[in-house]
Amino acid sequence: MTLISIDGVSRRFGEVTALDSVSLDIRQGEFFALLGPSGCGKTTLLRILAGFEQPDIGSVRLDGADLLAIPAHRRPVNLMFQSYALFPHMSVEKNVAYGLERERLPRAEIRERVAAVLETVGLAAQARRRPHELSGGQRQRVALARAVVKRPRLLLLDEPLSALDKKVRSEMQLELKRLQHEVGITFVVVTHDQEEAMSLADRIAVLNGGRVEQVDTPVDLYERPRTPFVAGFIGASNLFTGRATGKGLDVDGLGVLPAPAGPVEGGTAMLAVRPERIRLGPVTDGRGALRGRVVDVSFYGGVSHVALSVAGHDRTVLAATQGRARVEAGAEVALSWDADDGALVPLTP
Amino acid sequence: MTARQPVRVLGKASGRLATMGPGFGFLTVFLLVPLALVLSYTVFRRGRFGGVVHEPTGENFARLADPLYLEVVAGSVKLAAITTLLALLLGYPTAYLIARLPARWKVIALVAVVLPFWTNFLIRTYAWIVLLNSEGPVNSGLKALGLGPVELLYTDGAIVAGLLYAYLPLMILPLYSAVERLDPELREASANLGARPARTFWSVTLPLSLPGVLTGCVFVFVFVPSLGNFVIPELLGGGRRIMVGNLIRDQFLKARDWPFGSVLALAVVAVLVLLLFAQAWAARRAGRGA
Ligand SMILES: Nc1ncnc2c1ncn2[C@@H]1O[C@H](COP(=O)(O)OP(=O)(O)O)[C@@H](O)[C@H]1O
Ligand SMILES: [Mg+2]
Repeated sequence: MTLISIDGVSRRFGEVTALDSVSLDIRQGEFFALLGPSGCGKTTLLRILAGFEQPDIGSVRLDGADLLAIPAHRRPVNLMFQSYALFPHMSVEKNVAYGLERERLPRAEIRERVAAVLETVGLAAQARRRPHELSGGQRQRVALARAVVKRPRLLLLDEPLSALDKKVRSEMQLELKRLQHEVGITFVVVTHDQEEAMSLADRIAVLNGGRVEQVDTPVDLYERPRTPFVAGFIGASNLFTGRATGKGLDVDGLGVLPAPAGPVEGGTAMLAVRPERIRLGPVTDGRGALRGRVVDVSFYGGVSHVALSVAGHDRTVLAATQGRARVEAGAEVALSWDADDGALVPLTP
Repeated sequence: MTARQPVRVLGKASGRLATMGPGFGFLTVFLLVPLALVLSYTVFRRGRFGGVVHEPTGENFARLADPLYLEVVAGSVKLAAITTLLALLLGYPTAYLIARLPARWKVIALVAVVLPFWTNFLIRTYAWIVLLNSEGPVNSGLKALGLGPVELLYTDGAIVAGLLYAYLPLMILPLYSAVERLDPELREASANLGARPARTFWSVTLPLSLPGVLTGCVFVFVFVPSLGNFVIPELLGGGRRIMVGNLIRDQFLKARDWPFGSVLALAVVAVLVLLLFAQAWAARRAGRGA
């Protein structure tokens, strides 16, 4: 069931087009991620949902009702700010209680709910502290608690974990996912970290330059990128540009490469092949899609990355193998992959 | 920042005297020595034609309790308090609006606020006499409406108007800097949590700008009873109302009672220091983590 329906939303700031006819449907109860490079309009979209910004054109509906007509303070939408925006003159518990006090709930209930949510985020012992007496990770959890305690229909999180160091971040990712599961609120999380989006979200919208490139599940996004931007942005990919034919992708200087049959036959297209789909083997006549020379081998514990230079291709090709690589730098190898392991993206001429 | 500076400067002075040689010398000559002199005058008898006779006495302080002077002090405090309150009520909305103007208009508005400071103080005060006298434009207007003429000049109201006019920028500037510094996302966070604009103002904007409010009030309150303004009560109040400033000046220049003048001056300084400490304390409390 669709909770939020964004339709044709555009927003310009002077010469900058922050959002360019964005259309998205966000479903009830899902964990939705907005992923894109810095400056692509993610925060602007959240600010429109929260009511701090109005789109130039387009509509936003919540449960079918016009959300844009409701002032910010009456929307059932809570935002966890990128900067946390905690009230510096209030204690942790006052910060968290603030939103409930605005609902004029009985004091006892407020106290109970604040205590419960502080327990959940592990800050019960810090209830009386002021924000400046907390660590970055603790402040972030206060901001989360303050937004969650309102039990909004929609919870927006703007780069919630970007200020945290790597170890705390992965802990908090688990925490967020558990929390979303528990409270059953629809989450929209903004991030420029694709691994974060991949690991957290049920569905991801990739934004670029104010436009939605693709909306898909993490797996489909990874395996079936539908635009050149997504193919290049998500994960490491080996990209080849050529002409789609019935047998594969015809690339100048490389010949016909294995590619899935697509609706783009005859047109120019981009082929994306994931490093882990590329097999390396001995050079025997007529075998393999490409020939390359090993430039570098790096071992990452579970996997090894092999960088190869391919004559006629100006970018390094990356292959990933499980465990230790069985090739050495300088060796000539044959590269191969199954046609169905590549993703073919049409390029508009 | 501005709000916390007095305390910081004092703290550093005690900590790093060596590096502060020149500044400390300046303070010694122009602040500490005169203050010490004033302090020493308070415990001696008056000389007949000014100056002091070096005979210790406590009666200068005792005179402070004289109802005659208490009345002057109470009257001054009343006018100063009214002026400060009005300055706050006028200054806060002004500062708030300026802080939310687009950058270019901000500069213009701030220049407009401080512009009167570049005109001679006496000329500005005389301008009020022109405005308020029985034949002046204000009374002409009232007459035309059938409401006047009203006696405006030489009243407490005229003094307050003059003081307010002279010291309003001292209220607006610290308020402006306090409001300007507030993170706009805090207001948005408040709205996001369900607060109407008025609630956001009372619960977020006002408490966080309190250091600026206190600084402005201390500036106006302190400047009003203690500085320069024996001119305003005299010109606009027609000399009917005596404020502490007039009293101190009269003790030195007319009554030639330096010891009692010094006691009065010291009392004003003491109030000033107390207020500054209260302000710095409040600023530090409110400013933590902001
Ligand atoms: N209030 C504003 N005034 C002018 N430009 C803005 C404003 N808000 C955002 N922008 C511009 O719009 C673009 C998108 O910004 P934003 O939504 O913050 O991106 P993101 O959150 O994806 O990094 C950027 O180029 C930014 O500079
Ligand atoms: Mg952003």
